[in-house]
Amino acid sequence: MISYKSGKQPDSREYRLIFKNVDREGWDPSIDCYLRDGGYEELRKAMGMEPKAITEEVKKSGLRGRGGAGFPTGLKWTFIPPNNTKPVYLICNCDESEPGTFKDRYIVHQDPHQLIEGMVIACFAVGAKVAYIYIREEFPEAAIILENAIQEAREKNFVGKNVLGSGFDVEIHVHRGAAAYICGEETGLIESLEGKRAYPRIKPPYFPAALGLYLCPTIVNNVESLCHVKHIVRMGGEEYAKLGVKNNTGTRILCVSGDVKKPGYFEVEVGKVTMRELLYDMCGGPKDGRTFKAVIPGGSSAKILRCDETFTLRGKGPEGSDLQLSFWDIPMDFDSLAACGTMAGSGGVIVMDDTRKMSWVLNNLNTFYAHESCGQCTPCREGSMWMKKISDRLVAGDAAPEDIATLESVAYQIDGRTICAFGEASSWPVEAIIAKFREELLSETHAGIENVPHNPEAEAQRRFLNHTPAEPGAPVTADIA
Amino acid sequence: MSLTPLEENVASHETPGSKFFPPFAVTPELEAEAGKRLAQFPEDRKRSAVLPLLHYVQHHHGFISAEAIDWVAARLDITPVKVLEVVTFYPGFRQSAPGQFHVRVCRTLSCAMGGSHELMKKLCELTGIDRTSCDAHHHPIAVSPCGKWSVEFAECLASCGTAPVCLVNDDFHEAVTADKAQTLLDSYSNGSSSH
Repeated sequence: MISYKSGKQPDSREYRLIFKNVDREGWDPSIDCYLRDGGYEELRKAMGMEPKAITEEVKKSGLRGRGGAGFPTGLKWTFIPPNNTKPVYLICNCDESEPGTFKDRYIVHQDPHQLIEGMVIACFAVGAKVAYIYIREEFPEAAIILENAIQEAREKNFVGKNVLGSGFDVEIHVHRGAAAYICGEETGLIESLEGKRAYPRIKPPYFPAALGLYLCPTIVNNVESLCHVKHIVRMGGEEYAKLGVKNNTGTRILCVSGDVKKPGYFEVEVGKVTMRELLYDMCGGPKDGRTFKAVIPGGSSAKILRCDETFTLRGKGPEGSDLQLSFWDIPMDFDSLAACGTMAGSGGVIVMDDTRKMSWVLNNLNTFYAHESCGQCTPCREGSMWMKKISDRLVAGDAAPEDIATLESVAYQIDGRTICAFGEASSWPVEAIIAKFREELLSETHAGIENVPHNPEAEAQRRFLNHTPAEPGAPVTADIA
Repeated sequence: MSLTPLEENVASHETPGSKFFPPFAVTPELEAEAGKRLAQFPEDRKRSAVLPLLHYVQHHHGFISAEAIDWVAARLDITPVKVLEVVTFYPGFRQSAPGQFHVRVCRTLSCAMGGSHELMKKLCELTGIDRTSCDAHHHPIAVSPCGKWSVEFAECLASCGTAPVCLVNDDFHEAVTADKAQTLLDSYSNGSSSH
């Protein structure tokens, strides 16, 4: 069972919009409870609006997708071709599987009707008559909760034929995945929903909004993003945009895990909380006797940050001057984290203290990505496996100093050379951990270990990969028979 | 008798857990499930129902057998290899029986920091499971000699804030440190789970 910390008070710095009902005293996932709290009022309001007007409000709100990429939701909706005659589909991406992220879990277990209301409004706005909730296999209980909730909503005519007498028909189906991380990638998800292996599709030129499920226009949105739609309809786009900071509007749920006193979820206005406030004030600081060492700020794919780093943000200071920023002063928003060389991603903050070896962290992540690579593109399929093998050696104490450079070169050969963003997702952690903890990793290696072939062929290959010509006078070693 | 690579791919192996699961059979309930799931997709897109049908089969029969693959393929008007490629791609499907209670322990970073490796070690100790022949890709599951338990390392179960976590069949358990392993197993010793 998922734990209900019933009546647990949110932190005073939180701004609860999406998580208003999570852990709320006396709250349950039934429709009666939801209706008592004014549920489905926004759906009524939306049904009285023009679909285009809803999209316009979402655009005005500045809502950026909460799944990881941070793409503007309203803009995504407008990519459906205007002269489209095919059916339009809406898919809710509930494949929450980015390590460090655990927000959608609480929405679908504790407040399913908020998601359904958001989805029906979104369907109305984009003209979708069929919607799917693609839920990860590891949420079996939530799949049942959602199916029951959809049935309850159908009985009250919030879903089904002629929703609230508007003449609009919509059906929502729950579809369970099967424990593959790659299904969180929207085109991989679509392939999976078509009953195939979840091999992501190449894009551009055709994004799912033009050619998606069954080659029909398809909008894929994250659970949290769809929930925000309901609140945007209630508040109006402009009012919603006043939450958060410029270009990073609204609230978002930060999930903190790892080495802090009080891990958990915190819904805050985007950019209004700094790293220091989050980790010290809201999460209670490091465990006793330990100090913070490093933080992965946006799900395991985001580049790691050292807690003693400082950043220079060009043109971000007063009157366009450069802004000096310490790690602790980074505001938790999309743009600031991107400016610091990492990303806000899915909001999963993983904290490591001084007891953690970075080689061990690196190996844990490499094992994850080696397991989850779908195997479609060669650089990622082979590279993720090689990165794991090298970091396996590193934690076993069998690595040579050269291994670190080899590992780094493998990572840079995946990055940017694959169909989907998994290539970056798997190589960024390696690139960042090596860049920021090179000395520590090197200190765990042993010179003279010959696990890496240092024969002439291997040297020639290394030169080829590094685009460095052979030194003049070097012996010619490649014998071509 | 030697098997061809294809036969090897669809073959299920007898495990100590096999005795807890009824062999694949086409029941009226399975037919009803197929009808219900197919209705969720356009008529010419039957293939979309492959995951739901495989889930149903695995839930009731423990794993996906060659017979089940043939039946699902025929029901969806696709060739059996299109079902097999799905079964072998998704870590959520297995081709041999797990234990009566299948424990999936989260292996990924936050849970590993919270002690999931220690939990796995303790579970193996208590159930007499030997994981030495396991590998993440092809043989992730190890079954206890009595067939009652099996363990598997799963990737991120999305509850990093309450690490370490695990799933026992369809039941989710939070903050299961190694010292709680015995209590966890005890809670399944007599009763049955939602499986």
